[in-house]
Amino acid sequence: MYVAVKGGEQAIANAHRWLADRRRGDRDRDELSVAQLADQMNLAVDRVMAEASLFDPELAALALKQASGDLVEAVFLLRAYRTTLPRLAETLPLDTGAIRLERRVSATYKDVPGGQVLGPTYDYTHRLLDFLQLADGEVPAPARTEQALEACPPILDQLDAEGLIERETDDGAAPYDITRDPPDFPVDRATRLQMLARGDEGYLLALSYSTQRGYGRNHPFAGEIRIGMLEVEIAVEECDAPVCIGEIAVSECQMINQFAGSRELAPQFTRGYGLAFGRNERKTMAMALVDRALRAEELGEPVASPAQQPEFVLAHADSVEAAGFVSHLKLPHYVDFQSELELLRRLRRAHAQPPTDDAEGGGQATDDGSKEPAPAAPQASRETEQVAP
Amino acid sequence: MNQTHLPQTPTQRQRLLALTSRERLEEGWAELALPVDHRCVRGPETGMAMVRGRMGGTGNAFNLGEMTLSRASVVLDDGAPLGHGWVAGRDHRHAELIALVDACAHRPEWAERIDAELMGPLARELDAAREQDSRTAAATRVDFFTMVRGE
Repeated sequence: MYVAVKGGEQAIANAHRWLADRRRGDRDRDELSVAQLADQMNLAVDRVMAEASLFDPELAALALKQASGDLVEAVFLLRAYRTTLPRLAETLPLDTGAIRLERRVSATYKDVPGGQVLGPTYDYTHRLLDFLQLADGEVPAPARTEQALEACPPILDQLDAEGLIERETDDGAAPYDITRDPPDFPVDRATRLQMLARGDEGYLLALSYSTQRGYGRNHPFAGEIRIGMLEVEIAVEECDAPVCIGEIAVSECQMINQFAGSRELAPQFTRGYGLAFGRNERKTMAMALVDRALRAEELGEPVASPAQQPEFVLAHADSVEAAGFVSHLKLPHYVDFQSELELLRRLRRAHAQPPTDDAEGGGQATDDGSKEPAPAAPQASRETEQVAP
Repeated sequence: MNQTHLPQTPTQRQRLLALTSRERLEEGWAELALPVDHRCVRGPETGMAMVRGRMGGTGNAFNLGEMTLSRASVVLDDGAPLGHGWVAGRDHRHAELIALVDACAHRPEWAERIDAELMGPLARELDAAREQDSRTAAATRVDFFTMVRGE
């Protein structure tokens, strides 16, 4: 337990003033603008939006600037801001088949209607540092063809048409919303996907990697990755038809995984799904792998690995919660520590005394009987407050 | 092939105006120079919309995350039907302008001018910009060649 302390106002004010100075850096250089960050650090901005669970590039760029580039801090700032806004609407479910594609690749078919479209990718770059970036070189405009892109229908539709993959259909169920009610394990797939979509990318990447290395293997293929812009519609009282409120950038990954079937149902490929705000390809691939791993129980697979355990995976995926609880260890725990120190001293005194006939309980000696002598288990419930919002 | 000369429905106008930048809309609105005064009866205000996705793209809905959204409702000084506007982001003026155009379009004679002089050009500009994006993407389309083995 940590306790409130008073004082230190001047020190705190000066610390924050120094932080602002450090953030600004050398005054002889131009200050970074939020617009520059939104534009030129767009992948960092996209990651902040995805993990903060709020699409607003300008605010995400502001958070990034304010956090001096600390992504987890920026996610925290933007997540905190979202709590100040009212919910005005729910959108119609996104039709990812209608994405205005800038990238679309499949690892399962060479020739697909519309073709493989690379988009602005880091794939196939040589990962050699480009020293021209130090020299403010001119950047040519992108190449364009005479013809626009052909239609690129979702690739898994082909497998679906042959009945070779699980069919995803809408039964009209209203999705659970973890921002309204805290998740209550076990949770359904809609809840899992909401939690994964805001999960920390590094964490999901590590977990998805663990499935590839054998901890919950599910034989994935990247069936299709789609990245681009998608119009968003909301239903409003004032109009009969849904209204379009603008476009957002999204990334989607459809993983095709090894078979499931039953006496009634012939074997079929199974699916893992990833979807995220912005250009977040790696995140959506990791999300799709973890989504599939978390379906182990549903698909009758043994649940033996960390990535297959929903409570373990999901309860630790949120960087705001994780950073909050880890960071709170920095706050004053003076009273708590004093009591542990007192306990330790008592145990050591008892240890130094020669054993007597009636106190043999494996070091369980108590001299006043008022306290549990054994150190408390290191569990969260010992804490009376959580720092995370 | 654009039907931009045809009368547009309120939702078609709303879509096009939401997909247009506020700066461009401000400019187009100024050029129309409709003699009108208005006041806001709701907002402009900013909140959020919960964005939903579908499992596997076609399955049950799930909550992906929220996005900022602004909305406004305006009434013209002659008390004609309300106009409404919604737009992604936090730009109050953008939402207000959309609502204003919507309100003005309730008058048939103004609707004709709005569709011809504002919506038409905006639709063509949006199409042109999207065409450019699509051609840029098409330039990164992979052409596979079957490797010919040595004879």
